[in-house]
Amino acid sequence: MKPRVLVVDDDSSLAEMLGIVLRSDGFEPAFVPDGSRALAAFREVKPDIVLLDLMLPGASGIDVCRSIRAESGTPIIMLTAKTDTVDVVLGLESGADDYVVKPFKPKELTARMRARLRRYDDAGGETLTIGPPNSPVSIDVPAHQVVRDGKQISLTPLEFDLLVALARKPRQVFTREVLLEQVWGYRHAADTRLVNVHVQRLRSKVERDPERPEVVLTVRGVGYKAGPP
Amino acid sequence: MTDAQPAAGPAKPAAGHQGNGPRYFWLRAWQALQPVLNRLLSAWRRSLQLRVATSTALVTGVVVLLIGLFLISQIGSGVLKAKRESSIAQATLGQDAATSQFAGLSPGDLNGIRQAVDQITADTAATAGVTDLYSRVVLSTDDAVNAVLTVRQPIPRSLRREVEKGAVAMQYAKVRVGNSEQPGLIVGQPMNTSAGAFELYYLFPLTAEQQTLNLVRQTVLVAGLALVLLVAVIATLVTRWVVLPVRVAAQTAERLASGDLAQRIPVSGEDDIALLGTSFNDMAISLQQQIQRLEKLSRLQQRFTSDVSHELRTPLTTIRMAGELLYASRADFAPELARSAELLNNELDRFESLLAELLEISRYDAGVASLEAERVDVLGIVERAVQASEVLARRHQVQLLALVGNQPVLAELDARRVERILRNLIGNALDHAEGRPVEVTVGYDQDTVAISVRDYGVGLRPGEAALVFNRFWRGDPSRSRLTGGTGLGLAISLEDARLHNGWLQAWGERGKGSVFRLTLPRTAGDTVTSSPLPLVPAPVVPYVVRPAYPPATDEAGNAEVHR
Repeated sequence: MKPRVLVVDDDSSLAEMLGIVLRSDGFEPAFVPDGSRALAAFREVKPDIVLLDLMLPGASGIDVCRSIRAESGTPIIMLTAKTDTVDVVLGLESGADDYVVKPFKPKELTARMRARLRRYDDAGGETLTIGPPNSPVSIDVPAHQVVRDGKQISLTPLEFDLLVALARKPRQVFTREVLLEQVWGYRHAADTRLVNVHVQRLRSKVERDPERPEVVLTVRGVGYKAGPP
Repeated sequence: MTDAQPAAGPAKPAAGHQGNGPRYFWLRAWQALQPVLNRLLSAWRRSLQLRVATSTALVTGVVVLLIGLFLISQIGSGVLKAKRESSIAQATLGQDAATSQFAGLSPGDLNGIRQAVDQITADTAATAGVTDLYSRVVLSTDDAVNAVLTVRQPIPRSLRREVEKGAVAMQYAKVRVGNSEQPGLIVGQPMNTSAGAFELYYLFPLTAEQQTLNLVRQTVLVAGLALVLLVAVIATLVTRWVVLPVRVAAQTAERLASGDLAQRIPVSGEDDIALLGTSFNDMAISLQQQIQRLEKLSRLQQRFTSDVSHELRTPLTTIRMAGELLYASRADFAPELARSAELLNNELDRFESLLAELLEISRYDAGVASLEAERVDVLGIVERAVQASEVLARRHQVQLLALVGNQPVLAELDARRVERILRNLIGNALDHAEGRPVEVTVGYDQDTVAISVRDYGVGLRPGEAALVFNRFWRGDPSRSRLTGGTGLGLAISLEDARLHNGWLQAWGERGKGSVFRLTLPRTAGDTVTSSPLPLVPAPVVPYVVRPAYPPATDEAGNAEVHR
């Protein structure tokens, strides 16, 4: 089955061109040119992935991103003309998984989309445990479930992948570059802020006190690692 | 204001003058005085008020002193002149009465003479207690006669000699009054009697005159001092009126200069000082308007560049994708169309990098570029930059060598920016290498890390080393470029280096190649004072292409060649 893509962009030429490229690459695109109608279209289309322009008429891309994220973990990739730190970080903090800077090459875009659609479905019946022994985080990989202190924690697929990547090698320290490659699928070094922002988001969900993390630990000057089981 | 301060410090007395010699005392005194003197001098230099008040007081003091001295001497001589005249008149009047006392006496009658003299001198007792007190003394020219006479007051020799010559004479001398000596006037005259030649002296104490003069002196002194003080106070107040607004103006100007353009001087009245304030404020207003206008223009300009760059991106994305699509299917096109698709694709790459660099430089111009420094291994950045340039090196058929040690070199850097600088420098070197190798060398010391990129290609003409960092500067417009450089790369690299407080310098010689050296502080925020790598390579020999490049060794002897 072809993956469905919802393209939220007000530029009709770009949308049409995206449609041509996506269709020829095996996606099934749907379009909405207006921020205020984006959420309704999202509910109707039920896409596998969302391409979202940050600068939209109606509601801003940031708002659209927040409202989609509020009801679904569907991967969101921002299309942005701005590379300024503030804009990118704001977009990522509002829930986007990744971003592509205009002008992008078609291959670059579809590679980013495929990386987000790729799932960990190889591991059979795997269960991982990390975190402090008195309050461990247990991850049921095939069921896509994370439980801590008897409560289920709802993570987006990206956050789940990030947690699983760390939990699979609990003693290993991951540099941001390695995480970018394993979780986001970047082959060359990319923006390490992606990692920082999503680690913060992950911590805000799994940690008891995000200021003093026990599950996802920072190794100063190197990167991150899972807390000892 | 310490420039005039002599080299102070505990001056040690020379051996032998240990502790208590007079020289040591003066030295100690000088040392103790020096800070006070220095403070006074500095206050003198700094305060216009102090200078004006002091100099006015000094000039007034001199004038008042001269006037005072003149007054005292005038009054003194006037008083004494009157006294002198009255004294002579009195003495002359008394002569006949005195002569008559000697009537009928012969020169040998010593007893009679003594009685007569006592009679004359005793008369003064009657006048005792009166203010204008005087006493008389009679002396004979014959010392034998003088021996029997009672002389109550000493008469100066010099006066006696004058009188013995036979004239009326006078002299100021000490006169005994009671038990004390007072300044006085003595008038002497010769007296010829039947009993022989005598001298008659009138002694007038000048006590009253002295008191008058003292009073005058005191009055003049007090009045003079009061006058000097008054003038000093007036001068201080007047200068204060002038100096205070000037100080306010100076402070305001300082605040204006430090960027607070809203500063104004409070103006009241319509005098010269108010005029100064008004003019100053007008100047400040005009300055503020000019600066605001320029700031606005500059903001608009930067905003425009940034907006244009952003707005161009969306249509460029569509064009890019369309171009890619055409390029991917160029095998199905006729040769002209296929070549067009290729050209379109290549130029889109160039257009895109130009746009990105324009945006980057507008960010620097707007002053919004920020350093995101992290502690990283510089060798890792060098390796990444070299690897990223391998494709270009192969296209140029140029050997790209990284001469780095194997110890990590940690430094607080913005890795993204440093890598961009290196890729720029390497790309630039490959562009101009003319088939000869390009070397990337890393050197470091305690505080700095340096990376130099050396090529043995066309090099630079004299004076060009300063121009290469200019925007859109082209060394040789006729040269074709494989990279299609935007002309902004080195300008951005220079800004990137400056953001790190680092150096980016170029050296080049025609036909001998060029060196671009980047020197960065290893701690973010530090400044660079020297570089661990030389900018000018020595000795400069034109590179000869050999079939196999021998392994190179860096200064530390750690040979490591990356291909």
